[in-house]
Amino acid sequence: MTAPRPILRMSGIGKEFPGVKALDGVDFRLLPGEVHALMGENGAGKSTLIKVLTGVHGVDAGEIELDGRPVAFSGPLAAQQAGISTVYQEVNLCPNLSVAENVFIGREPRRLGRIRWKEVRRRAAELLAGLDLDIDVTLPLSSYSLAVQQMVAIARAVAVEARVLILDEPTSSLDTGEVAQLFRVMRRLKEQGIAILFVSHFLDQIYEISDRMTILRNGRLVGEYPTAELSQVELVAKMIGRELADLEELEGRPPARGGEPLVEARELGRAGAIEPFTLTIREGEVVGLAGLLGSGRTELARLLFGADHAGTGSVAVAGRPAGLRTPRAAMGHGIAFCSENRRAEGLVPDLTVRENLILALQAARGWTRPLSRRKQDELVARYVSALNIRPADPEQLVKNLSGGNQQKVLLARWLILEPRLLILDEPTRGIDVGAKAEIQRLVAELSDGGMAVLYISAELEEVLRLSHKVGVLRDRRLVAELENDSGLTTEVLMETIASGARS
Amino acid sequence: MNAVVRHRLFWPAVTLAGLLLLNLVFTDHFFSVQMKDGHLYGSLIDVVRFGAPLILVAAGMTLVIATGGIDLSVGSVVAIAGALACLRISDLDDQGSTGGVLAAIGVALALSLALGAWNGFLVAGAGIQPIVATLILMVAGRGLAQLVTDGQIITVNSAPYKLIGGGYWLTLPFGIIVVAAVLALTAFLTRRLALGLLIESVGGNAEASRLAGIRSRGLIVTVYAFCALCAGIAGLMISSNVSSADGNNAGLWIELDAILAVVIGGTSLAGGRFSLGGTVLGALIIQTLTTTIYSIGVPPETTLLFKALVVTVVCLVQSPAFRKKAFHRRARTASPRPAADEKVKVTA
Repeated sequence: MTAPRPILRMSGIGKEFPGVKALDGVDFRLLPGEVHALMGENGAGKSTLIKVLTGVHGVDAGEIELDGRPVAFSGPLAAQQAGISTVYQEVNLCPNLSVAENVFIGREPRRLGRIRWKEVRRRAAELLAGLDLDIDVTLPLSSYSLAVQQMVAIARAVAVEARVLILDEPTSSLDTGEVAQLFRVMRRLKEQGIAILFVSHFLDQIYEISDRMTILRNGRLVGEYPTAELSQVELVAKMIGRELADLEELEGRPPARGGEPLVEARELGRAGAIEPFTLTIREGEVVGLAGLLGSGRTELARLLFGADHAGTGSVAVAGRPAGLRTPRAAMGHGIAFCSENRRAEGLVPDLTVRENLILALQAARGWTRPLSRRKQDELVARYVSALNIRPADPEQLVKNLSGGNQQKVLLARWLILEPRLLILDEPTRGIDVGAKAEIQRLVAELSDGGMAVLYISAELEEVLRLSHKVGVLRDRRLVAELENDSGLTTEVLMETIASGARS
Repeated sequence: MNAVVRHRLFWPAVTLAGLLLLNLVFTDHFFSVQMKDGHLYGSLIDVVRFGAPLILVAAGMTLVIATGGIDLSVGSVVAIAGALACLRISDLDDQGSTGGVLAAIGVALALSLALGAWNGFLVAGAGIQPIVATLILMVAGRGLAQLVTDGQIITVNSAPYKLIGGGYWLTLPFGIIVVAAVLALTAFLTRRLALGLLIESVGGNAEASRLAGIRSRGLIVTVYAFCALCAGIAGLMISSNVSSADGNNAGLWIELDAILAVVIGGTSLAGGRFSLGGTVLGALIIQTLTTTIYSIGVPPETTLLFKALVVTVVCLVQSPAFRKKAFHRRARTASPRPAADEKVKVTA
């Protein structure tokens, strides 16, 4: 395929949000009849690029050419009319309408203002048949599986003579068979000369379906590569990058001491979230979890905290079987969990720093046994100064704090409980370097004091620096458990993430 | 000064003061309180006394709304509690026996609690949206009340029962004492114990609260049960005041007045932070408004319209978005006076 003329060319794209350079000089081209993967970690700029392309955001710099002509879309509708259709991760159709109505909603074939329902049904069935989908188009969309709904969304997208189809993580909630079905449809569309832009966190899928890929990191272009010429290891290295963090080196981690096993998970799993895994966490041990976004890191942690119900397997805490069915039950066993999603799952924004800090302790005591105000102030003062939370005003609403300080408030909420196992999910994401170093030092201190820590981070250096043992996840499976000795490097970790092999 | 203006009870307090002053213009001796036969009399006492049921219902409603819910069934619970109590009393051989009356009150309040727990179960256990879950009892409850009274208005002639809504104790109307006691209890449970913090947490962010280990299910059932208990007490007061139970009209539309009182008092319908003091102010505003309508002689056929107008104005004045818009325009057209600036800042 010697470079046919690109159907879409974006050059020197720049986009700035207040305080953040989301995109900086990104070039991107899409050839007709190819599946092109857009790769990058969370926050690399993938969605921003798609939003700029489809007119959701305007561009600050650079140009977009469609079929050789410069374009600037005022919104997704304008982009669609020009032939660029997008199917998002969450199917945004109307589940209560029929399949046929969903395909043609907003542009039904009409005669004298009356909708020609027969024609709607016939053409919808025809379109879907073209995607190898033989279903009753008069049934409500909700009566079909998510995969079929996804196909209907695609049918709707290509029904408008699309030349470019953008699929933003279409596979994240599909099972293996459904993914295969989706890929058949994608190949068929590809044969028709449609250019497909594909975003997915699953490496195997990328390698199965895509012809070329463009990699972004921190809003910048890393490069454009034919998929066949880039190994998975190289891809992961390019996505994660190897910026040496501007952090002082922590003391070399002592080897994992032979502490007693604290939490033992046996074949613990939950369908659609994480395959059954077996993991032992010992007292005073820091276990790191590494893996790409969507590899099941958070899902694993949530099972250990009882935030989700496990479908299979069992957990023992300190040698005794423990039913971790609710967060409260897990707290009773001394397990604490700091969610990666501070806003939605961590803080109560309208409450004060003090109230957020004592929330878990108060919940554990129940409402009939309140903490005295003096005790509250004492605890809050201690942790505000220990974690250096700023502003040091306990009556400030927590929503007015910066991200790093919010994270510290959340951390303090759990430290007050003096847990035996502290689960930290991306505790340093989105916070500045200074706060990051403070949190890392704190984790090291806590584990020296005998607390077990499960540490999840997308930054491999961070995981390596802190952990005694690293669990590697890939495609919702715990694929390897590596001792953090001198032989373990970020390269080895990347290799494991990429290959999925136990070394 | 700024801190005062910024206080969340500032606007409700201003509104109440304004309404009271309006009465002073139309009614002589509005603010005078007299002692007659060892009882306190006066327009102000009347406002609190007649507003007592609304304050009770609104206090319970405040907690429900703080969890992010709503309870439409309080009016029906008012009717049921009154009906059941009157039925039991009318069946007594001696309607004046204190023991019999207390038993009747106990049965009525126990049923109220059970009805509230049912609401709470529908919301927290079955996951039905609060507005739908309580709508069921709102409609069915009226029917239940009529079933209890057999479609008739039950009248009773019981001195101990009359005390609750019409009697005096320690110079004050007994209803005011009951309200004060319930408010004190509520304040104790929510602010001295930790119930308030947990309610605000669940209403502010339900998922975060679950992950912080709060058992929100039990909490929500408790709150709905408490709300219904308050409504039950209000029902006893209303029926006792007229010595009869009317399944059709007792507590009719009180749920709307209660919700309005809560909102005027500064508690958001979205849940989270709540203000019991604000709710009391809000309920007093509504009761004062009703009193005002009579005292300034608004023709009866236009009272509802008049009330609606005043409520609209009150809500607009309290809406930060509206104040911002109104004052912003003034600041733009007129020269930016410091006073206008100050008020704009308040909304920020």
